Order: sequence, then C-alpha cells, then structure tokens
Amino acid sequence: MSVISVIVATPLISAVVLALVPGWKLASWLNVAFSAVTLIASLVLFRTPPSSSPLFVVDAFNIYLIALTAFVGLTTSVFSASYIGHEVASKKLDAGKLRFYHAMYQAFMFTMLLALSANNLGVMWVAVEGATLTTVLMVSLYRTAASIEAAWKYFILCGVGIALALFGTILMYLAAQPVMGPGMAAMTWTELMVHVARVNADILNLAFVFLLIGYGTKVGLAPLHAWLPDAHAEGPTPISAVLSGLLLNVALYAVLRFKMLLAANGGAIAPGPLMITMGLASLLLAGLMLYRRRDIKRFFAYSSIEHMGIITFAFGMGGPLANFAGLLHMAMHSLTKSAIFYAVGHVAQVKGTQRLDRISGLTVSHPVLGWGLLIGGVAIAGLPPFGIFMSEFLLITSTFAREPLLAIPLTLGILVAFGALVLRVQQVCFGAPGGESAPIRGSLVPLFAHLGLVLVAGVWLPGPLVAWFQTVAALLG
Amino acid sequence: MIDLGYDAAHMLGAVVLLMSFALLYQRRLFSLLHVFTLQALALSATAAWQAFSHDEPHLYITALLTLVLKAIVIPVVLHRIIVKMNIHRTIEPALGIGLTMVAGVSLVTLSILLVLPVTEDATALTRENLALSLSVVLLGLLMMISRRNAVSQVVGFMSIENGLILAAVGVAGMPLVVEMSVAFSVMVAFIIFGIFLFHIRERFDTLDMQKIESFRGESD
Repeated sequence: MSVISVIVATPLISAVVLALVPGWKLASWLNVAFSAVTLIASLVLFRTPPSSSPLFVVDAFNIYLIALTAFVGLTTSVFSASYIGHEVASKKLDAGKLRFYHAMYQAFMFTMLLALSANNLGVMWVAVEGATLTTVLMVSLYRTAASIEAAWKYFILCGVGIALALFGTILMYLAAQPVMGPGMAAMTWTELMVHVARVNADILNLAFVFLLIGYGTKVGLAPLHAWLPDAHAEGPTPISAVLSGLLLNVALYAVLRFKMLLAANGGAIAPGPLMITMGLASLLLAGLMLYRRRDIKRFFAYSSIEHMGIITFAFGMGGPLANFAGLLHMAMHSLTKSAIFYAVGHVAQVKGTQRLDRISGLTVSHPVLGWGLLIGGVAIAGLPPFGIFMSEFLLITSTFAREPLLAIPLTLGILVAFGALVLRVQQVCFGAPGGESAPIRGSLVPLFAHLGLVLVAGVWLPGPLVAWFQTVAALLG
Repeated sequence: MIDLGYDAAHMLGAVVLLMSFALLYQRRLFSLLHVFTLQALALSATAAWQAFSHDEPHLYITALLTLVLKAIVIPVVLHRIIVKMNIHRTIEPALGIGLTMVAGVSLVTLSILLVLPVTEDATALTRENLALSLSVVLLGLLMMISRRNAVSQVVGFMSIENGLILAAVGVAGMPLVVEMSVAFSVMVAFIIFGIFLFHIRERFDTLDMQKIESFRGESD
C-alpha cells in the first residue's frame, strides 16, 4: 500500500470510528491521535519519490500542501479538544452534536487530502464537493438562527460554485476527448499534461472561465465571497481555523492545477490577467470592508479574503519570483490565520462575546493570550520579522520591477488592510480591560507553535526549503 | 435519412430546457414541484436513451437514480414539507411570463453563441446538448436569484444540477458520470432533508429567506 493511500485512508477510517465513539472526551483525543497519524504519514511522503497512479499524484507542488494540511489538521484538533470542553460546559453543544462534529472533522480532512492528492479531475471535484458538504454541516452545528442562515448562504453560493466547476470539468473532458479518446485518461491530470498541447484551445478557455469562477467561489474571491465571513463567524472556531487555513488553499490549488494545464497548452488565453483582476478586487474590497466589522471572527474572515486576493494576484503574475511569493504566502497565511483563530476562539470564550467593541485590554487581563493575539495580528498585517512580511515584500518588489502600474493598487490594498488591522488589534489588546473576564481554560500550545514557525520562516528559511519552493515556482510557470 | 437516435436525444434535451423555462414563472409551490418532476422525468429519459443508443450501460444507473430520487422521492418529500408547514397557498413573486421569455431566450442565445463556435471538433449531438445544458444551468441560476423561498431555491439548485447531468450524459464516454450524480444527490439530500428545512422551520416557522436574512450577525 502506498504512503499516499495511507494518508487519505486514515481520516476516512477515523471518521467512521469517531462516529461510533459516544464519549466526547475520548473522541476529542482520538481525533488528535488520528490527525497525528495522518501527519506522520504525510512526513514519510517526503522520503518517497514523486509518483503518479490513475487515482493519486504526488509531485513537488502538492506534497507541501499535503504536509501543511496534515499539520494544521493536527494543531487544530489539539485546539479543538480544549475548545469544546468550554462549549460543553456552557451548554452550547451536547454529546450527540460533538459525536457528529468529530466524525465530520475527520471527513473534512479526508476530502481535503483527497482533493490535494487526486490525479483525476472528477475525483478532485467530488472531493471539493464533499468538503463543502461537511463544512456546511459543521457551520450549522450550533443551530442558532445566525448559524443556519450562514450555512444556508454557504450552501447556496458554494453549491452554485461547485456546479459551475463541474461544468468546467465536463468541458475540460470534452476538449481532451477528441485527442486522447474516450475514457479515464482524458480526465487524468498527468495524462492531460502530456497531451494538452494538442487540445482545442478555445474549449480550454471556456472551461477555465467556469473553473475559475466555480472554484474561485470557494477561494472566497470577490465578488463571490459573500458566504465566507458568515461561515467563519457562526460556526465553531476550530472550523473557522480550518476553513481559512486549509479549505481556501485547497480550492486555490484546484485552480492552479488547471492554470498549469492552460499554460502547457500554449494556444489558450493567459489565465494571469483574470486572476490578477479577481485578486486585486478581493484585496481592495476586503481591505475597505475590514474597517466596518464589529465581530472579531468576521473581521479576520475578511482578512482571509484579503490574503487570498494577494495570493491569487501573485499566481496571476506568474514567473519564478511571484510564484515563490505566492507559495510562501499560502503557507504563511495558513499558519498565521489558523493561529489567530485559535486565539480568537479563546478570546470569545473568556469574554463571552465576539463583538469587537466589548473586547479590550487583553494584554492586561490575559497577558499570554493577549500577546499571542497581538503577535498574530502583527504577523498577519505583514510586519517584519514574520513570514508574511517576506512574501509580501517579494511580491511587491517583483511587481514593481515588472508591472509598476499594478503595483500601485496592490500596495494600496495592503496598506488599507494594514491600517484596519493595526487599529483593531491595538484596541483589542491594549487599553483598560472591559467586559466580562473568565480564566482561560485550554491549551495555548497550538497558537504559539504556529506563531513560532511563522517567525522562524520570516527570519530564516532553510536552504533546501528555498531550493524546493523555487522548483515548484518553476513548475507553476 | 432520418437519424432517430439523434432526433430523439435532441428532443428530450429540448424538453429539459423547456421545463426550465416553465420553472421560472411558476408562482405556486406545488406547480413548481410538478414542473420540476417533469424535468427530472425528461432528464431520466435522456440518460436512458443515451445509454441505449450509445451502448453505455452505466448511464442506466444515472437514469434510474434521476428517476427515483428526483422524479419521485424529492418531490414527494418537498410536497409533504410544504403541506406540513402550511405554505402551499403562498404566492411567490416570480418573473412574469413575458419577462421570463425575454430573459430565457437571451440566456439560451448567449449559451449557443458561447458553445457552438468553440466546439467545432465535437459531434453535433454533443455540441447541441452542451448548448442546451448550459442554458439550463443559466436559467437555474436566474431562478435562484429571483426567488426568495427556500423550497424554490432548492428546486432552482436541482435544476442546475439537472443541466449538468444533461451535459455529462451528452459527452460520449464521459467517465465518473454516475459518481458525480451520486455525489450531488447526496449533498442535496443531506443538506435539504437532514438539516435545513427542519431546522429552519424549528427556528423561524418560515421558509422565507428574506425574513431569515435579517438575522445578520452584525445587524444589532
């Protein structure tokens, strides 16, 4: 049995097991244990050579995303174990819901890892669809009016997105079928890469537009981002962390796979300008929207839209340097944003509210948590010495060198968002402590583990890692 | 010479599209469901015909699935929900017939103009099926935008899904059609019946999304 099948099978088996375990305490630790197994298996993957089968593909590009997904999956499961104890104590969740929650968590990890490793475009689509299903169910977990509305909006918008992506996938097959003949080969990514140069470019163009809009909805790109803030704000916080940290990346990964196909075709339109436009629109829109947010989880959800905009812009620019920045930013944003959501989860629990105006003076009332959130805020705003500074710096300099005109809105967007982040994080962390205040129960280890990694990446990237990011950047074209 | 296989497939595809038009202007929930049932029947017949005429037996599964789930189970369950919640007298704002025709015809024209020029290599049936199915998808989108009721939004979503299955069935030798239609059906079934209709009802005693949408996290 290959390593990749172990990685994909582990969460699937865990989902079944966790659906059968009645006690939520046991289930939460089993959840951690299973996630750890997945992470170990995905680290073993680095020692195996790149391979492809009709079902799975492992290359330099997805191996890092698989490892990142497994890692964030593990730390979030640790955070979740300490988070749900409080939710049970405050009677927001009961044993039955938690059983469902844990099974869905692992089912979600399964769909993420399957989407990342699938070689077949149809399987990839089914996996992304499954991810939508599991997360919709988890967003509505609290059964409050707001959470059901959020889940409904999420289902309707992403359902349509998924439908358009399927139409794009069908078109992709239709384009490939005259060249490669009917059957599975015309839907297999590695096979397509070999033959795509001979494929009709017009249908490819049409297919890509549908795929970009379809999967782009799940990336949270403007103007299709409306589901994202609601889904982040109303679900349990561990789900917000994996939505921002993992799901958005996976949807973008799907877009990039198709972008690689288009680039290999030669005759097709350049996908760059489309992605640059959507990226910039998301960045500017989210940057401005940040100022008017009153809910702390919504606030950071808009920040996710902003960062996905930056990443999409980077890949739209293309070229070794911008792709490098995009890849680095994907990893850094994923780590930082999930760390912030861990902190926000604790904040919402100790303060008993998610409203920004009722949270202040955290560094006084809860020093460790407050400083953790502050460091996260500084990192996500793109200040040195953290990893996001590196990737944004790289992106801005390479954009100035190649397309100075595009660099202006990019820099503007980043600065606008920066202002909002500084304003809000400062207000939340400093000043006189306001509102209610309960002691923190739960572990802050995942928070600081992520922040530590982001700090290390900002100060010093190991040589092999740089070399390897460069390989992937070249692969993306 | 008359090519029966082509003509029949073409006609069935057109019936699916016609039902999409009809869906747009139904103001009563029951008639909406009836039209949807007819669309599902037409789709099921298309899939079965394709399976027969192109000798692709796996499409029989798609046909059967569409028939059982979309033409029988889902309409019956939705019917019961409507009766139970006593909303069957609701008259919904929908587009008028004239406006529907204008919007619908322009969307169909758009999809024909979009699809036909780029698919010159494909067979005539595939091209036309694709144009028809893109029209069904676009009309479904239009319906989802213009409706407020959760039941009609779901029907709109499922008609988009019908359009996609029509496309997948029309492309010769497309693998994974069955798997994809299963995945879609599972999603719809889970979300609609497992969670939403009941819980929305529990919370609001209404299925009007406009009312629900005022419950925003930030409205206070």
